[in-house]
Amino acid sequence: MVEFQEDLSVVLGGAAGQGIQTVEEILTRTLKFSGYNVYANKEYMSRVRGGINTTEIRVSSKRVRAFVKKIDILIPFKRGVLPWVKDRISESTVVIGEKENVEEEFLEKIHFIEVPLTKMALDVGSQLYLNTIAAGIVVGIFRGELSAVEEYLKERFGSKGKNVVQKNIEAAKKGYELGLKLLKEGAVKVEVQRKEKARNEILLSGAEAVALGALAGGMNFLSFYPMSPSTGVAVFAAQHAEDFGIVVEQAEDEISAINMALGAWYAGVRAMVTTSGGGFALMTEALSLAGMAENPIVIHLAQRPGPATGLPTRTMQGDLNLALHAGHGDFPRIILAPGNIEEAFYLSAKAFNLADRYQVPVIILTDQYLVDTYYNLPELELDKVKVEKHIVEAKPGYRRYELTGDGISPRAIPGYGEDVVVANGNEHDEWGDITEDAELTVRMQEKRAIRKLKTIKKNAPLPRLIGGEDAKYIIVAWGSTLHIVEEAIEKLGRDDVALLHFSWLYPLNPEAKKFFEGKTIIAVELNITGQFAELLRREFGIEAHHRVLKYDGRPFSVEEILGALKGVIE
Amino acid sequence: MNLPKGREAFEPKRPGSKDVAWCPGCGNFGIRNILISALTELGLRPSQVAIISGIGQAAKMPHYINANGYHTLHGRAIPIATGVKVANPELTVIAEGGDGDMYAEGGNHLLHAIRRNPGITVLIHDNQIYGLTKGQASPTTMKGMKTPTQPWGVFEEPFNVIALAIALDASFVARTFMGYFRESVEIIKKAIEHKGLAIVDIFHPCVSFNKVNTYAWYREHTYWMDDHDPYDREAAFKRAIETDPLPLGVFYINEKPTFEELVPAYKRDKTPLWKREPKVEEIKKILDIKRRL
Ligand SMILES: Cc1ncc(C[n+]2csc(CCOP(=O)(O)OP(=O)(O)O)c2C)c(N)n1
Ligand code: SF4
Repeated sequence: MVEFQEDLSVVLGGAAGQGIQTVEEILTRTLKFSGYNVYANKEYMSRVRGGINTTEIRVSSKRVRAFVKKIDILIPFKRGVLPWVKDRISESTVVIGEKENVEEEFLEKIHFIEVPLTKMALDVGSQLYLNTIAAGIVVGIFRGELSAVEEYLKERFGSKGKNVVQKNIEAAKKGYELGLKLLKEGAVKVEVQRKEKARNEILLSGAEAVALGALAGGMNFLSFYPMSPSTGVAVFAAQHAEDFGIVVEQAEDEISAINMALGAWYAGVRAMVTTSGGGFALMTEALSLAGMAENPIVIHLAQRPGPATGLPTRTMQGDLNLALHAGHGDFPRIILAPGNIEEAFYLSAKAFNLADRYQVPVIILTDQYLVDTYYNLPELELDKVKVEKHIVEAKPGYRRYELTGDGISPRAIPGYGEDVVVANGNEHDEWGDITEDAELTVRMQEKRAIRKLKTIKKNAPLPRLIGGEDAKYIIVAWGSTLHIVEEAIEKLGRDDVALLHFSWLYPLNPEAKKFFEGKTIIAVELNITGQFAELLRREFGIEAHHRVLKYDGRPFSVEEILGALKGVIE
Repeated sequence: MNLPKGREAFEPKRPGSKDVAWCPGCGNFGIRNILISALTELGLRPSQVAIISGIGQAAKMPHYINANGYHTLHGRAIPIATGVKVANPELTVIAEGGDGDMYAEGGNHLLHAIRRNPGITVLIHDNQIYGLTKGQASPTTMKGMKTPTQPWGVFEEPFNVIALAIALDASFVARTFMGYFRESVEIIKKAIEHKGLAIVDIFHPCVSFNKVNTYAWYREHTYWMDDHDPYDREAAFKRAIETDPLPLGVFYINEKPTFEELVPAYKRDKTPLWKREPKVEEIKKILDIKRRL
């Protein structure tokens, strides 16, 4: 018998189109509703049918927010799943499923609990119910609430008619009873404490958090051209467009998408584009226009491995350099990289105030890992989000590019006020008309690239130090690796190791330098060159002593980071 | 300070707008006068108009007219103008540029703007040549014309934009020659007043680089369609493929809903987007669902 306590990971694996997503949804929602903390993340192939996709669901008595390599319970829906995840399987892994989906050579290495999923599904009426039965088994093993499964199925399949809902409920029940039976017979033992609090918490994905944050920040226009993994944000926004009274437009290409958004900002709207590396590459021309015309813009850039089409559905922190250097000429930009779902919400909201205030491109750097991660979180404090508008009226004599001390010219918009607003992507005078005057060119360049940048730097928040200030070792991480590194440090259990996490990547506040003095610096990044470590070197002259890098398109796991830290520190 | 009214209102007083970069004798001056007359006769004020231009000699227009303006990038005027219009449908939005700007670098945007049908007016200064970059062929350059970069003579088929736009069922398609002042003012007024996307191809001579399509050439090789019904698509298409003489006038009108009318954002509420505040109660609703299940 295998016993699991307090924190375990359930992995479902099957082909694209086999409906694992439904199982994932049933499990995350109903286990949360049953009072467990849940976390889910998926990895999938770039294909619509076939292949192998897996989803990891962690179920825990404590909050869990990080990807782990180990698999405690594995449910394969087809042959080939076990070889695909073989480096994640150990002797304590319990595999629940049909014999034909488990390759011979694994039978000795695992605990196999055979369940006749197909037969049970056919008993209910069709092969189609296999997923719901499997979900029911897992809920049963956790003694989760069957009523929650029923409610979910009603909501999910309600539009397909009573019969479909009824059959699915029947299937879930059959699975549930089998799960309870497995427990009773002692085939598997699961002891995870429930927390009443988790029950009513919010279950949200990274993509949803970006979209909701943008909406809270006043986004009323979103244009995009579909590209994984950034599309989730557009899907969510489109589905709520009417309720929110916003425009969501699928453009003919990324070039059009960002230019529409620039036009919308010019006319006073808060606009965003959502894209990934290849799409952002096409947007760089317009990024320069935003720089020269001082046109605000918010760009959500969900990273995936490159170059070119790379690995379309996988993850990497490989586009920081692109975000830093895209565009021609010198102009400031702001780059944010949320560490978790909460930050994805708050920073996406804040991006609009920043773009509005500084009139620069604000890039929200997420990645496939973050946008596809789900977990329950206690609350999103909506009153923490303040929409700060910086639009002035065009009074007679208005000058769009007035030279000011801090490099920020008051921005008026067409139709608000009596005078006109002239914006320009050519070098210009204070009114916005073309100039080739050398002295004015110098002043305009300095206004944008020096004075404004300085103003932004001065107001940039510092990174977050998690751990003691006098720790000897500083782990530097940015963006979505936050909780993975945090959990690894926790497991390492040494108080001379602290995490310095950056979710504001650029421009860096000069004061951030103080965190590094006299420390052994370990940079952790999901790319091959250590792009952020290079940025630290360039900005602060700081050299990371060790770089822990991964670049196979998969996220870091807690175990990998722990192993790497042990290697470096001990 | 009182801002001037009428035609005078559209004359810019800004220091930078005095230094006009167009060559003496260029057709762009005529187009400027036509546009100012059209805007004035429509009773518009500079603050109600936004002229979004791409890049090229033609695209310098926002600097020589007193109206809201955005001089953007080569080929990108249309998507930007679309964003402006949907942000604030109360504005009169004009996208303006040359034939290279609108048909070459921005060709794809023009095609998709026809599908999208935003309520903007697209004015193409069609001099059948690239002016600003000094005389290379454009998509409308006539076959056989020799240029510094096509010394063997252009052999590509010129772009028939009128036929293309009618084929795509565009909302308003017209062509004029800036040498005909009054007629051009009337066409541009119609285009601006038209609810959907209005495309006006405006012939204008480039006195510096196009020695073929001169003022006299346009007069000799064009005629006005006096007996044409612009609501008849087939007739419009027949006219569109005539080559010599080239017909002038409104080829085709197809009244249909605009982009701004169709987007869900304006279904229940006509307030321009830019005046709207975030709907916090909707976010709360979504979070409640995410809490429940
Ligand atoms: C991306 C890009 N490519 C090329 C250019 C160079 N360029 C400037 S104007 C122009 C063509 C202008 O021709 P047209 O649009 O016909 O306008 P005209 O100057 O004749 O009015 C070109 C190719 C540019 N500014 N940007
Ligand atoms: S180059 Fe040609 S089109 Fe441009 S301003 Fe001179 S004459 Fe006019």
